[in-house]
Amino acid sequence: MGLTDLLVYKGIMVLAVFAITLLVATYSTYAERKIAAFLQDRIGPDRAGPFGILQPLADAVKMFMKEEMIPSVSNKTLFILGPSVAMLTACLTGVVIPWGSSLWINGTEYPLQITDLNIGILYLFGVISLGVYGIMIGGWSSNNKYSLLGGIRASSQMISYEVAMGLSIIALVMTTGTLSLRDIAAQQYGWHWNVVYQPLGCLIFIICAFAETNRAPFDLPECETELVGGYHTEYSSMKLGFFLFAEYINMFISSAVISTFYFGGYNMPFVGRWVHDPNWLAVLGIVFLFVKISFFIFFFMWVRWTLPRFRYDQLMNLGWKILIPLSIFNIVITGFVMYFTGHLN
Amino acid sequence: MQLTNRSKVVSKKEMTLMERMYLPAIFSGMMITFSHFFRKKPTIKYPEQTRAFSGVYRGQHVLKRDENGAERCTACGLCAVACPAEAITMTAAERQPGEENLYREEKYAAKYEINMLRCIFCGDCEEACPKEAIFLTDRKVDTMYNRGSLNFGKDILVESRENPIDLSKRQTPAVKEFKKDMHFQHNQTHDLNTRTEMKSENPRPVQKKKPGNS
Repeated sequence: MGLTDLLVYKGIMVLAVFAITLLVATYSTYAERKIAAFLQDRIGPDRAGPFGILQPLADAVKMFMKEEMIPSVSNKTLFILGPSVAMLTACLTGVVIPWGSSLWINGTEYPLQITDLNIGILYLFGVISLGVYGIMIGGWSSNNKYSLLGGIRASSQMISYEVAMGLSIIALVMTTGTLSLRDIAAQQYGWHWNVVYQPLGCLIFIICAFAETNRAPFDLPECETELVGGYHTEYSSMKLGFFLFAEYINMFISSAVISTFYFGGYNMPFVGRWVHDPNWLAVLGIVFLFVKISFFIFFFMWVRWTLPRFRYDQLMNLGWKILIPLSIFNIVITGFVMYFTGHLN
Repeated sequence: MQLTNRSKVVSKKEMTLMERMYLPAIFSGMMITFSHFFRKKPTIKYPEQTRAFSGVYRGQHVLKRDENGAERCTACGLCAVACPAEAITMTAAERQPGEENLYREEKYAAKYEINMLRCIFCGDCEEACPKEAIFLTDRKVDTMYNRGSLNFGKDILVESRENPIDLSKRQTPAVKEFKKDMHFQHNQTHDLNTRTEMKSENPRPVQKKKPGNS
């Protein structure tokens, strides 16, 4: 692959991933409203276009048209930086996710992944952890008690759950023996999904993913009953839109990560029996990955509209006293099992 | 002191391990919400679909005409007196010769206004009316852009000659039978020519004395 080819290929990949991320996030807002409605015996938005499918467009136009307010007492630079950081970090995470296996065109391999970092998991965690800075900066720079409390809650929640999340991933890294997401996805061919080997780790990871994305039942940073709007109380117009949008992008990426880590990524059992062409397999892989992602996005929303919000101390209890010991226990068990089954080399 | 036997002793038992794990409870809760996902939605999509109104729904008023197209209202003011919201105002006028086809009796309402913002749609005006002139109908009051427009005058309230408002669900045979009572005899429909003789035969009945009101 020449340099031009490489640049074109990477450029297309970056653009495609960026566009798909935004598209999925846009329609997640619509899906959220529809699913919320259906779970509550309502119909949901159905006025803009057939079944309301143009609703995200209408929402975006509304967001852009709204008056933009920056509180005079706020720190203006940071106030603008807040949503930008939230959006930026949300978009950065899609880079290392393998969206499919490889396409073969004229004997050249084009992996369906922007870049295969050999420390992909570390990169992912680094970027996801940065996401809280957007919320913190936004909450702090608003110069508003509610925003500040929301920001503080977000950061403390993030710290509590990142530990458990990292520990649950360590057990996964022990069994897979790699930090590259591409290798992790490729290992899970057939029924060798990691959820089979790491059920407890998977559960912990999903719970932590909920906390990391600030979704219900862990949406304390923006709990409207206590904190008005939480960290985005003072925000209006598209800056508010960016915060909300970043949440949906995070949800999409989290679903992709959960699917890749534990649910086989782009693999689907039994497909290899009927389809032999690698290009078709790659295309089907994308489809399967998106089916899984859609399911997890639905799952995120389903949980949101079922469970009530945790109280703050319950959240901290769950994070520090239950999930962290559990994940350490999981590591120990994984180590023992690997030792006794001779997988330790 | 125990007053009733309804009090219950609340037991706050230590939760079992299954209960403390919360996951089974969360799972069953999610199954409940999921079952709602496929349930039939009770929503009525309003502008396209409308809920059927009851025939005796108390909506916008109508001032009825009689079978010859003359206005029945005589501006007696009983509706205005009965109105708990004081929404009705009217001005009476005397019928001039040659206006017999316009107004049923010698006196009529030159101006008749109902303030729809004050009206509570109780239907007391309908009950108070001795001439079967005002009725509430199953029509909704339109929305307006200002308060003044909701002061409905005769131009809106009086039914048109061409398409009279159908009150058959409101004035069922049973209701008509009930109104044959002595007190309501003056309301029975009869044509214009015979009206005077009928009136002389059946003078307006005197209200029964209410007991204890002497």
